[in-house]
Amino acid sequence: MGKTTAEKIFASHLVDEPFPGTKVLKLDVVMCHEITTPIAIADLMARGKDRVFDTSRIKAVVDHVTPSKDTKTATQAKMLRDWARRHNIKDFFDIGANGVCHALFPEKGYIRPGYTVIMGDSHTCTHGAFGAFAAGIGTTDLEVGILKGVCAFREPKTIRFNLNGTLPKGVYAKDVILYLIGQVGVNGATDRVMEFRGPVVDAMTMESRMTLSNMAIEAGGTSGICMPDMVTVEYLWPFIQNDYASKEAALADFAQWRSDDDAEYDKIIDFDLSNLEPTVTFGYKPDQVKPISEIAGTPVDQVYLGSCTNGRLEDLRIAARILKGRKIDTSVRAILSPATPKIYQEALHEGLIDIFMEAGFCVTNPTCGACLGMSNGVLAEGEVCASTTNRNFMGRMGKGGMVHLMSPATSAATAIEGKIADPRKYL
Amino acid sequence: MKQFGGPVLFLDRSDINTDEIIPAKYLTEITKEDLKPYILEDLKLPGFDPKGEKTSAARVIVSRSNFGCGSSREHAPWVFEVNDVTAVVAESFARIFRQNMFNCGMAAIELPKEKIDALFAYAGHADVAMSLDIAAQSLTVSGGGKSESFSFEISPFDKALVLAGGWVDYADTKY
Repeated sequence: MGKTTAEKIFASHLVDEPFPGTKVLKLDVVMCHEITTPIAIADLMARGKDRVFDTSRIKAVVDHVTPSKDTKTATQAKMLRDWARRHNIKDFFDIGANGVCHALFPEKGYIRPGYTVIMGDSHTCTHGAFGAFAAGIGTTDLEVGILKGVCAFREPKTIRFNLNGTLPKGVYAKDVILYLIGQVGVNGATDRVMEFRGPVVDAMTMESRMTLSNMAIEAGGTSGICMPDMVTVEYLWPFIQNDYASKEAALADFAQWRSDDDAEYDKIIDFDLSNLEPTVTFGYKPDQVKPISEIAGTPVDQVYLGSCTNGRLEDLRIAARILKGRKIDTSVRAILSPATPKIYQEALHEGLIDIFMEAGFCVTNPTCGACLGMSNGVLAEGEVCASTTNRNFMGRMGKGGMVHLMSPATSAATAIEGKIADPRKYL
Repeated sequence: MKQFGGPVLFLDRSDINTDEIIPAKYLTEITKEDLKPYILEDLKLPGFDPKGEKTSAARVIVSRSNFGCGSSREHAPWVFEVNDVTAVVAESFARIFRQNMFNCGMAAIELPKEKIDALFAYAGHADVAMSLDIAAQSLTVSGGGKSESFSFEISPFDKALVLAGGWVDYADTKY
């Protein structure tokens, strides 16, 4: 019997099986940000264990609230900064170099197929796009990860999602994942790895695959895994070119992490996405989705384009193509937050930032910003936001506010009309 | 082994998320104690008052399916812990929340729907209370002059974490 990617990674990283079904894994990368890490640091200090298992395997960033907005957030950033300095953690990204964690760390080349990755952030599943087992965890798991380089997981069961067909024009990875969550529900993949397969995934860029994997947690999934292929090799090539004689050699090595043809799955679900419409959420749960034809015309107060789901260059290009030569509606305000400094800079050089600003967008620095109502862009009570982020929980973007999740294309069209709009007419 | 129990708070809805348990704006606090006033602040449920007496008296929460979905923030179990709520009983949990509970030496107990329904039948009584015995994997609910016991399943690892007082102490002696 063959193995899934997750089973292969578990087998290769197994440190201990304290009880049947519980696997303690060796970690390749432990990621940290300033919201969930400071309490781990404080607790380790209080226990007299202010140590780290491996300075080179720990990556840290200040991203949720940056620049700091008050004394408390400044203290959180300082705690992370001081800790990184104290332990000589070189891969620490502070203001000027910092970006949204799940966009920044892949961009720096920290992920490889077959890796185990944890972070005190639920959207860590994003990194599964590279064929890694990446999972969000809480502060205590993070603390043990920092101290010992291990984390415990239940034996992984995998649901295979076969994404067949070809995506129509104006339909993107975000529409796909919203549709899938709508199909399986917000706990449809709890304690499961979601494996994304098929021609639709094969045709996706790494950016699109990260969007897909990013929202696995919204279906309850532990990780969202894509099979490593030449697209993965091309993305990682700048970081691995000294390790392999050729891209083909890298591809051959990465292939060991692909699920075997005869692997056993918990469930296999087939979808034909050839007729998928742009998809938008309407309620307070990510599985409450409607095709654009059923929700177009719903008024919004704010448009937010950014986050670990959709703040990448590809997203900015798609939105800019729609916004070029157009203005946002006077009834709406729009915010763009490029996910990393590199994305921001490339968007500047390509003239994308000009397009956004001429359309009437406010452009902020890279940050998690309004996504979770912690930083710039929070809604007032009763306001509605069209957003490329990943959660539409009640009050998520500010107490009493409502969020409609959608693709960057749909958000751009929505900004132009001031109400939820079909992007296809602008393409 | 640690005993859990006391007055019960019933939250009759599925998919109660971590933003409802502790809104993100309070994640700037850097001690668990500072979270205390904000328990369940954004949870809107008929008849539920996050600042009410039932909330402050609660030692156990009973809810429906997919409890604790959303964010990885351990602030959600912590805001329960500092309010002396150390056990949640539900049909199912989101993985990260469930693990965070056990990692802190607290209990996230899953029961099948019919048993959760039976627990909710006690919701109308003013004196409803529950005791949980993790070692014996059983709980007893009482109220309105009635009482019932249920057994539950818990993974041996999660039981060991409760026994050890949490994952840091457990891992530190083993790895």
